[in-house]
Amino acid sequence: MNGPQDLGGRHGFGPVDVASGDEMFHAAWEKRVLGITLAAGALGYWNLDASRHARESLSPAIYYNASYYEIWLRALERLLQDAGEVSGAELAAGQSSAPGLRADRCLKAEAVSAVLKRGGPTDRPGAASAFSVGDRVRLRNHQPAGHTRLPGYVRGCTGVITLLHGAHVYPDSHARFDGEQPQPLYTVSFKATEVFGADADPALTLSVDAWEPYLERA
Amino acid sequence: MHDHDHHDNELDEMTARVRALETILTQKGLIDPAAVDAIIETYEHKVGPRNGAMVVARAWSDPEFAEWLREDATAAIASLGFEGRQGEHMVAVFNTPTQHNLVVCTLCSCYPWPVLGLPPTWYKAPPYRARAVREPRAVLQEFGVQLGPQTKIHVWDSTAEIRYLVIPQRPANTEHLSEAALADLVTRDSMIGCGLATNEAAA
Repeated sequence: MNGPQDLGGRHGFGPVDVASGDEMFHAAWEKRVLGITLAAGALGYWNLDASRHARESLSPAIYYNASYYEIWLRALERLLQDAGEVSGAELAAGQSSAPGLRADRCLKAEAVSAVLKRGGPTDRPGAASAFSVGDRVRLRNHQPAGHTRLPGYVRGCTGVITLLHGAHVYPDSHARFDGEQPQPLYTVSFKATEVFGADADPALTLSVDAWEPYLERA
Repeated sequence: MHDHDHHDNELDEMTARVRALETILTQKGLIDPAAVDAIIETYEHKVGPRNGAMVVARAWSDPEFAEWLREDATAAIASLGFEGRQGEHMVAVFNTPTQHNLVVCTLCSCYPWPVLGLPPTWYKAPPYRARAVREPRAVLQEFGVQLGPQTKIHVWDSTAEIRYLVIPQRPANTEHLSEAALADLVTRDSMIGCGLATNEAAA
């Protein structure tokens, strides 16, 4: 979606806050948001792509004014309400008024280490890759209203396939709970001048990872 | 940012909002607060850039490991015990005297957790995400890194579940150093591409 998350190449955001150094959290509550979000993921109501879509679906005015973990919190509240586990009235009251539906899937402390170590690989058996390393491809003008991982700044640009990754879960379908629909995944590299115009850094190469439905032969 | 107006006896708005959600989910039996604690503890204290530094030091010391890292970074890194969430599919990119690599996630905050831990706040914020792809040389200057105009840059935008680890160049005059001492030269930023490994501290 053409949402607030699609930041590549945008102007006007100012300098990088280099002085923040190693800081990972602005405040203690942000740590709880990280932990609660990962723990709630074990309930199985959503997947990585659906949670990303919940975050980027926040209004741009909210997204750009929120700290990173406020974005996570707002998305988590939305996902839990959509799942029917939490009501707006409960959030307003700060108290539960009904038992949990999937308490049997609650992530226990003793399982955390194994769950994090296992992670969530996204490679899947799937169709053979139609493109090979060295092929020239164009990024399609793909602008779904739903989730996609094709960033706007490379749409319509022509590049070269530089890595093959086999088939991976396709985020566009997965985020709308329409199945994993694995598609071949590639790294596509571009000259910066192709992406950002004649004034771009002539010694700069950019690459994105792109699923086959985003690509056409050039 | 909501943490600037503190009062002694009053929770700020965000703390209260998070506490409300955690209370509700705990009352419903949907989360275990001890599991939340364990997740925080893992990424605050157990998993961090020291892991990645060990990967880099091994690559500098052992050409066969470096080759494995080029061919199958996921397996090579897992052989050192670093694997799992947000590091399921790893690619290592090697800096050379003529090419520098930089990693960004313009769409969110993708970052190789098993080797670098959680991303720093600047990595997740709009300025870095917007500018790293368009003007990496200017971004690097803000980090105090000055590359010659002849040095090529490759910026890797992590738009899928592939996670990139930059292998910085080994500093000069480090032939005598052990692998553990080499790891001390590898900064977190150098493995994102926003810094260089340096032996200034050792010299």
